[in-house]
Amino acid sequence: MRRFSRTERGLHWIHASAFFALLATGMILYVPYLGEVVARRPLVKEAHLLTAVAWAAALTAVVVLGDRRGLRRTLRELDAFDADDRRWLRHGRAPQGRFNAGQKLNVALTAAFALLFAVSGTLLWLGERDTTFRFDGTIVLHDGLTLLSVGLLTGHLYLALLHPTTRHALRGVTRGDVRVDWAREHHAKWVDGTPGPRA
Amino acid sequence: METSSSPGSDARPYGRRAFLAVTALGLTSLAWGRPAWQALSGATRPLTDALPASLVPTSGWRIYTVASSMPVFDPATWRLRVDGMVGSPQSFSYADLRALPRAEQVSTFHCVTGWSVANVRWAGVRLSTLLDRVEAQTAASVLSVVSAELPYVDTLTVEQARLHDVMLAYEMDGRPLARVHGAPVRLVIPQMYGYKNVKWVERITLGRAAEPGYWEQQGYDTDAWVGASNGL
Repeated sequence: MRRFSRTERGLHWIHASAFFALLATGMILYVPYLGEVVARRPLVKEAHLLTAVAWAAALTAVVVLGDRRGLRRTLRELDAFDADDRRWLRHGRAPQGRFNAGQKLNVALTAAFALLFAVSGTLLWLGERDTTFRFDGTIVLHDGLTLLSVGLLTGHLYLALLHPTTRHALRGVTRGDVRVDWAREHHAKWVDGTPGPRA
Repeated sequence: METSSSPGSDARPYGRRAFLAVTALGLTSLAWGRPAWQALSGATRPLTDALPASLVPTSGWRIYTVASSMPVFDPATWRLRVDGMVGSPQSFSYADLRALPRAEQVSTFHCVTGWSVANVRWAGVRLSTLLDRVEAQTAASVLSVVSAELPYVDTLTVEQARLHDVMLAYEMDGRPLARVHGAPVRLVIPQMYGYKNVKWVERITLGRAAEPGYWEQQGYDTDAWVGASNGL
């Protein structure tokens, strides 16, 4: 059955590929050893900044051109934690909708991190040009977010690629659909109730 | 149509709360992030010290460069030229420089972007020693410090250059200066932000006036006093 619309999958993969590109270029800017080997800091910095602009532009384009009504419905789903979700967070077991409570939290954190990355990155860029935008904690925030994001991503990749009972979810975000028996096992309330996304 | 997984009456908006709480925490950290990070890295010091400093900047150093390649130090060919308004222009080899009176100091390095490295042990030659050696003319008021990493250059007044804690350092923390820190010599002026502390120094020219330095051309202060310049 259909789990993710093309719009949702587009947003996921734009964010994922931009994250890896930004992580790679960011590591060259951050890790002394890589900085010495690559040594082309101004070029890498340009690439890092252009990737960030491309990321924001691509996300905006997909939202504007994609299924916005579907996205609004998905946002409402992600926002709402019902009694079962709260039970799931406490005990790890309770019937779940299209997103389980952990996935909802992951989206909230990822969205907040993305916003904070964009704000702190913009401040780093502006601060090089105007002292008004220079803050004591900007660089700590940008670095700290990297550390936290890599932690979150590691868990995400483990569940998506390795963990036997959850990795079927990868098919949902690549092809769009998942097996009904798997959905019944992990997202019972979704199978029983909610219509899936169109397209 | 109300379905079992759409928001029912028992649903609470934890999603947006989590998003807003994390965003607010992150934004306020612009104010408290730095002291918190320093406290944290102090507590995890034994752990992070075990990691090679070239992999993780645990020592606090970040390597900023402006050119498309990093200068390579060759002791056989390397020279430091000191010229301009001086009685005796000279070209120092690495050995010449090491033969000059050695000075040592422990000082804290502050970067204008908000990071600092406390208690760095430097060894090198006082800039005032060097200026005396080349017989700097009394009419000379400014010096340009030119990096092998072109177009990086910065300037100091002669008065600033003669401050007691200003040196051309060839050792850092007991070792010859590493390539990423400006081998073989970098300028150290702890009372000013890092961009005045030119790495890979290969020429010092004295004069009555000087072209603005690399970062000064992009709007940074010429007198980069720590805590009293660049809006900080």
